Amino acid sequence: MSEAVLDSGVEAPGTKGVADDFSRDKQVFGVPWGKAMMWIFLLSDTFIFSCFLVGYMSVRISSTDPWPVPSEVFALTLFGTSIPLVLIAIMTFILITSSGTMALAVNMGYRKDRTKTFWLMVATAALGASFVGMQAFEWTKLIMEGVRPWGNPFGAAQFGSSFFMITGFHGMHVSAGVIYLLVIAFRVKNGFYERRGGNYEIVEVVGLYWHFVDLVWVFIFAFFYLW
Amino acid sequence: MAEGQQHPLKIYYWIWALLFVVSFFSYMVDYLQFQGTLRWMLILIFMFVKAGFIIAIFMHMKWERLALKLAILGPPVAILVLIWLMSFEGLYVEETRVEYYGESTMEPETPGHH
Repeated sequence: MSEAVLDSGVEAPGTKGVADDFSRDKQVFGVPWGKAMMWIFLLSDTFIFSCFLVGYMSVRISSTDPWPVPSEVFALTLFGTSIPLVLIAIMTFILITSSGTMALAVNMGYRKDRTKTFWLMVATAALGASFVGMQAFEWTKLIMEGVRPWGNPFGAAQFGSSFFMITGFHGMHVSAGVIYLLVIAFRVKNGFYERRGGNYEIVEVVGLYWHFVDLVWVFIFAFFYLW
Repeated sequence: MAEGQQHPLKIYYWIWALLFVVSFFSYMVDYLQFQGTLRWMLILIFMFVKAGFIIAIFMHMKWERLALKLAILGPPVAILVLIWLMSFEGLYVEETRVEYYGESTMEPETPGHH
């Protein structure tokens, strides 16, 4: 049936291609192993964050005390006026900006433009670091106002534990991403990959991780801060 | 796929701009204090639009083979089952708290409250 396909070496499209990919005597996924493994890691991470968000959903549904209003809890007073969620909005825009610089870094990596790749990755890491800094500020502000994992002055006690666990785990991912980005960026700069055949697919693998961190924030922003 | 995911820069700039605009819209949902079903619909729509563009374009899923797409995007569907189960569980726990502990569901008319 698929002899012609096998002989020509052309990859069949669609569901036939899926059957082909899984049954032919070859690697299933036609991508570098590092990229396939990063995708599988991200899939497992998706389940971890989903469990946190679903846990947050159940405690928020089951709580009989009113849930604190995120719009008010996360408001900041700037120039004498209280602006709702303003810090979170800034953090969201910073993360999107960093996603853009990362996407460009991946592209420049494939063009083997080492200087641009390096600087774009450094810019991404700097934006990520500023995100973590703002998160530290936000945590400090909430802790000063008396928010604890076991209670807070605004309403349902479960607010604190959900907040610290979800944003803390995400912040940890961003921090790890900043370190990962810097390690790979300096290796790109000092010619580490040049000595290994000039293959810059690793930049795309870092990029996958970084975009995932942004992706998780999209869900946290929607469910924790806006809902 | 020896040459990797090499695409014109233009598409990245477009998606980048689009993510900014959609994020601005989702912030406006809160800023303009939309309430009720409209609020939740808008939040979910903007969330899925953003997530979709990040996965499809920035993470290059659009250009991957179907085998990889299914292997990665298929399993998270199971999470929908967990959400469904836990929403029932949550409602049940709330009911028992009201029923057996005499707690009242004080639902003040505050913005953003479910």
